[in-house]
Amino acid sequence: MQLFPCPFCGLRSETEFHFGGDMGNLRPDGTETDAATWSSYLFLRNNPKGRTSEVWMHLTCGEVFRLDRDTVTHVVEKSAALTVEAHQ
Amino acid sequence: MTRRYSALSLFKEGLNNQQGWQKAWRSPEPRLRYDVIVIGGGGHGLATAYYLARNHGITNVAVIERGWLGGGNTGRNTTVVRSNYFFPESVALYDLALRLYEGLSKELNYNIMLSQRGMLTLAHSPADMEMSARSVNAMLINGVEAELLSAEEARALVPLYNDAPDARYPIHGGLIQRRGGTARHDAVAWGYARAADGLGVDIIQNCEVTEFIIEGGRCRGVRTTKGDIRAERTGMAVAGHSSVLAEKAGFRLPITSYALQACVSEPVKPALDCVVLSPATGTYVSQSDKGEMVIGGGLDRIPSYGQRGNLPVLETVISGLLEMFPSFRQLKLMRQWAGIVDVVPDSSPIIGESPLPGLFLNCGWGTGGFKAIPAGGTLLAHLLATGRHHDISRPFDLDRFVRGRLIDEAIGSGIAH
Amino acid sequence: MTAFRLDTLGRINRDRALRFTFDGVQYSGFEGDTIASALLASGGSVVGRSFKYHRPRGIWGVGVEEPNAFVDVSGSRSLVNARATTEPLVDGMVVRSVNASPTAANDRHAFIDRFARFIPSAFYYKTFMWPNWHAFEPRIRQMAGLGVVDPSVRSGLHADQVNESCDLLVVGGGPAGLVAALHAAEAGKSVILCDEGCEFGGSLLHRSAQIYGKAGEAWVDETVARLREFGVVLLPNTTAFGIYDHGLIALNQRNGSGGHDRLWRVRPGHTLLATGAIERPLPFANNDLPGILSAEAGLAYLRRFGVVVGRNVVVATNNGLADEVVAALSAEGVEVTTVDYRKGEQIVAARGRTRVEAVELGDGRTLNADAVLVSGGFTPTLHLYCQAKGKLRWDEGLQTFLAGDPVDRIAIAGAAAGHFDLRAVFASAGQALAAVGIASGAVPELTAAPVAYGIVAAWPKPKMKGRVWIDLQHDVTAKDVELAARENFVSVEHLKRYTTLGMAVDQGKTSNLNGLALMAELTGREIPQVGTTTYRPPFSPVPLTSLGGLRGGSLMNPPRRLALENEHRDDGAHMREYGGWLRPAWYGDEAEAVAVQREARKARETVALFDGSPLGKIEVQGPQAAAFMDFIYYNTMSTLKPGRCRYGFILSETGGVYDDGVLVRLEENRFIVSCSSSHVAGVYALLEEWRQDRFDRSQLFIHNATAESATLTVSGPYSRRLLEAMGLGVALDDESLPHMATAAGSFDGTPLRVTRVSFTGDRSYEISIRADRALPLWRTLKEKGRALDAVLIGVEALMVLRAEKGFIVIGKDSDGLTLPMDLGATAPLQKKSAEFIGRRSLFTEEAQRPDRRQLVGLEVLDGGGPLVTGAHGVERTAAGNRSLGYVTSSYFSPTLGRPIALGVIERGASRTGDVIDIQHLGNVRQARIVAPCALDPEGARLNA
Repeated sequence: MQLFPCPFCGLRSETEFHFGGDMGNLRPDGTETDAATWSSYLFLRNNPKGRTSEVWMHLTCGEVFRLDRDTVTHVVEKSAALTVEAHQ
Repeated sequence: MTRRYSALSLFKEGLNNQQGWQKAWRSPEPRLRYDVIVIGGGGHGLATAYYLARNHGITNVAVIERGWLGGGNTGRNTTVVRSNYFFPESVALYDLALRLYEGLSKELNYNIMLSQRGMLTLAHSPADMEMSARSVNAMLINGVEAELLSAEEARALVPLYNDAPDARYPIHGGLIQRRGGTARHDAVAWGYARAADGLGVDIIQNCEVTEFIIEGGRCRGVRTTKGDIRAERTGMAVAGHSSVLAEKAGFRLPITSYALQACVSEPVKPALDCVVLSPATGTYVSQSDKGEMVIGGGLDRIPSYGQRGNLPVLETVISGLLEMFPSFRQLKLMRQWAGIVDVVPDSSPIIGESPLPGLFLNCGWGTGGFKAIPAGGTLLAHLLATGRHHDISRPFDLDRFVRGRLIDEAIGSGIAH
Repeated sequence: MTAFRLDTLGRINRDRALRFTFDGVQYSGFEGDTIASALLASGGSVVGRSFKYHRPRGIWGVGVEEPNAFVDVSGSRSLVNARATTEPLVDGMVVRSVNASPTAANDRHAFIDRFARFIPSAFYYKTFMWPNWHAFEPRIRQMAGLGVVDPSVRSGLHADQVNESCDLLVVGGGPAGLVAALHAAEAGKSVILCDEGCEFGGSLLHRSAQIYGKAGEAWVDETVARLREFGVVLLPNTTAFGIYDHGLIALNQRNGSGGHDRLWRVRPGHTLLATGAIERPLPFANNDLPGILSAEAGLAYLRRFGVVVGRNVVVATNNGLADEVVAALSAEGVEVTTVDYRKGEQIVAARGRTRVEAVELGDGRTLNADAVLVSGGFTPTLHLYCQAKGKLRWDEGLQTFLAGDPVDRIAIAGAAAGHFDLRAVFASAGQALAAVGIASGAVPELTAAPVAYGIVAAWPKPKMKGRVWIDLQHDVTAKDVELAARENFVSVEHLKRYTTLGMAVDQGKTSNLNGLALMAELTGREIPQVGTTTYRPPFSPVPLTSLGGLRGGSLMNPPRRLALENEHRDDGAHMREYGGWLRPAWYGDEAEAVAVQREARKARETVALFDGSPLGKIEVQGPQAAAFMDFIYYNTMSTLKPGRCRYGFILSETGGVYDDGVLVRLEENRFIVSCSSSHVAGVYALLEEWRQDRFDRSQLFIHNATAESATLTVSGPYSRRLLEAMGLGVALDDESLPHMATAAGSFDGTPLRVTRVSFTGDRSYEISIRADRALPLWRTLKEKGRALDAVLIGVEALMVLRAEKGFIVIGKDSDGLTLPMDLGATAPLQKKSAEFIGRRSLFTEEAQRPDRRQLVGLEVLDGGGPLVTGAHGVERTAAGNRSLGYVTSSYFSPTLGRPIALGVIERGASRTGDVIDIQHLGNVRQARIVAPCALDPEGARLNA
């Protein structure tokens, strides 16, 4: 099975993790947001074939973090703490 | 020279050393221009080309397939066909497909081996039965037959199901759609391909779309590894690569792609007559006409284009199977594989014009695209021929996400989405 | 009878005879035999029938490459589709051929072969269309399949699964693998060595060699002993069947004694594939006749089992490896004639009825033969390399595919790397180790003349005369491949699916390359241009039990258990699974329906005791806690006073009600989120994600305390009296503890919390205490409750009570699309200014539609019983019927003495008073839309 590096716990089995969506999908607050922008935040996805940056949660410890990997080769590049900068 | 398939032609060619059989389809070089381009030579794309020719008289069509026709998800699925869905919009869609499947062998002159031996969804508790009743009533009201089964009735359909006193998920009852069952997946692709080709459609294999030709804000065709090809309207039916093409066209889709695994056991004599799903284990199984148990379950929940899954999901699916059918412990796994499924948040497909005018979508079928092939083809063909929605496809337009009108079938179907 | 057993030779134990039957006939063999070697020694030639044409099939190979000899076994072992060449013989086995009836020798379906010309590949796509497939399918399903599933076999044993890691995994224990394992062990590496055979040695068990002056077999024994001393994990009978992501390799270890196989999940630092090579058949007419075997197999049967395949043997070969076969047989006095393709000779046809009797050569000669050993060359076994996404490259000199560019951490040695001479095999082991950074030792000294492989191409060609078999198990001939090409199924994938070549149990180990070589020729391409199909696990079939492991029965999705479960059982509880927890559904000996009514009625008369421990309790603390709660909840929570509670919804970002529950504010910066028992993990993950991705995690802390506390509910008119009798140190007057307030107390020195919150609509208290201290508290409640005529209630009774009040159960009376407004909660939508999850979704076009389905009560009008849950409200129009929604909860209310129901109905909130049709499976009743709350809408009972 795949192994992912939780920044807090280290390498753990894929079964301990939960996929949380694209990095950089920042929430547009407020009721004034137009419908297309809101639905884009809710539903549209990059879904890249190849390198990707994603948000994941390690269910065992609760850490939410950034994971860079490849969706074709399944090679994991690195994980990083979740910061506003990381979302860019 | 034998074009038509029949017992008689088999007999004739048997005496003729099989010399008179014709190519099932040509291998034409692409022309510079067509009326319509369909990207994707799987079941949906080939069906679209067929229905363009058959329903709309549009034969100047090219199907562009980057690999070998039928080599994507159409060639990798577990072959289940059914229309036991919850929302009226879904029932209309999937039952259109099932009704078309019912006449397809004769229509295409190709035996797709449609076997309507029944699709049984088990209930394991009173709460499950309440949900089953809700589903059965929804189907009946929408004009599709379904039956609510007692525990005895359900058990009679799957005599090898675990009836031990300590079974983890005893049968409490079930829901059956008797018109559901299986069809041979390769035959569906090849049948549509041969029929479409016979009507004049060019199927261009080993031809990959590298870019869209966009002029005046409209899609005018595609750039491919075999050159530019132009058309008034372009459709895409490329399960597993919808987001990739969308990116080339400058928009995004509400799609995340995952690996869906499936596997078969060695072939054995008949031991299971229907398709059966346990929502509790998440495993479903049927026995092919060759005798193999065809087994499926949930996704590997890691976005992937790798067409391969890993052991945790496979072990979950298999352990679920053995819990359901203890005597299958005697069987061995013969082969496993995976496809790429495009999962949409409401588990319903996306059919309609894309944000790029002139480019039309048929995608987002998730784990359930095979059963819908005739409908997907009919509806995309309608869009490509007229530029407008068929009544049945309208609710599945991409704009439903902006409007908030999701058709969330994960609630209804019980199969992992 | 042609094959026979020698008195000498072989690694079998002639002192231990074993008896077995095959197709009803008694045979015997020896300890160390496989079923196949024993059958061969007994002269048995027909061991099965081919899949489609039911042609007689004999043993072809000696190992996993075997395409024909599959059997069902009962008696001392129970096996379905066992491969006779790799299945050890056990005394008392009852062996039956598969796909043959009554016996393989006399199969009643043998006549089908006479009609073979009418049923070529893919014939079933061209017919069976009239009247439809169903008319033919049952018969075809009966004919298909090999073995039979025995319905009585339900063994309760589960297979072990083992996780292991090591520096080096060596797959294959032949000469290359043994040397590599030894060198790695000497270099101090941790090593696992596996081989799919029952002993290590590989080709050294049947090919002669002099290593360090000793026989090859002796060197094998010594080497294995040394490996054992080094602590190398030795796994014979073990197949490495799959490579998965991130370097995980799965092995299946066979159990010889009738128990289940074992799965190994190994993460090696590096892997060495010493997996050997598989011999290919030669193409000629009728090359499927029993008595035609792989030359390598013929040698192995001689040297490992002492079985000679015939007395008058033809050895046909296109390469030098068969030379030793000729020499070995001749040395036993067998009449051997060679047909050497290297010299331009070739076989064009085999002749015989149920087994081979003669062969016709290309030069016109005919040779009599009672056995034919063929060698069409060897194909390196590279499945694992390919599974790891390695790309093969064509080697013109060896006429086969070899591994192309290296794949990270995988090395290949021996015949798998295209080395067929033993010296080169040993040398390659060292090179392979070096490639993965492991120092290697000296290459073993050999005394032997080098073997020249010198293969000449002998692929099947178009228009060969007669029926030339490519895939023996699936009955695919060269003509079928030609037919595929004629119909334009020219890609290797189309070829495979059209002809089913390579899709049988042997997965094309002896057929794939011949098939695609012919297709290349037919389409004017080179073999590498046609390519191969995708290699997928498993390399050879793996028992489902290995993959199922221990996960079954009570170990499958085990439900969570209450701390007080045994106590409940002692009190006569009937347990049922709810939301992943095993809980009392009702108590006592009466039928469920009767018991539930009794409990629900009594609960409103005296005092009910209920174990609500699965209720979620997630603590949220910190300076940002209040702001956090305002974001998480639909309702405004920051205005909640410390010591008070508020009922609220947690929405998903799409606006649907994800969970409902009561939020308790203990202090300014301390809250407890109580969420549905079935959603605890989801709510906890939701809270953590927003905490880390939107708030400041140093100002906000979350702890899931659900399993730490038991929650015991005391509800009903006498509930306060019962609590007063408990002496919990809590002021229980309504001013100190009003409804929706919380207070701290203790019981017998253990701190606890008393929260006045009600799911029944009656005065109700929830007592939370450490789970391991719950029992004495519960027992005291029961004891003191006796004087008040207290009643224990289960989940089913509670469901009735809450339904009488119109309280929803998430997931039952709502689904993922239900918006808070649909449930009548509109205030926050209009008044709350703080941002919260899902807020914008409440303003979409869809959310604002007036015809949404809304929560209603449904009143039965016909004096009958409760409505069926799942029945739909129906509107009949000229265009047909339309669902208006459905019944979500339905019970007989003992307190009201009539049925009550909840449902979601289109425009329900504005249709109060309307009568609608309710339909269940074609039965229609009428019901009136009423308010969801059927009992005490003013809420007076809360303080009664």
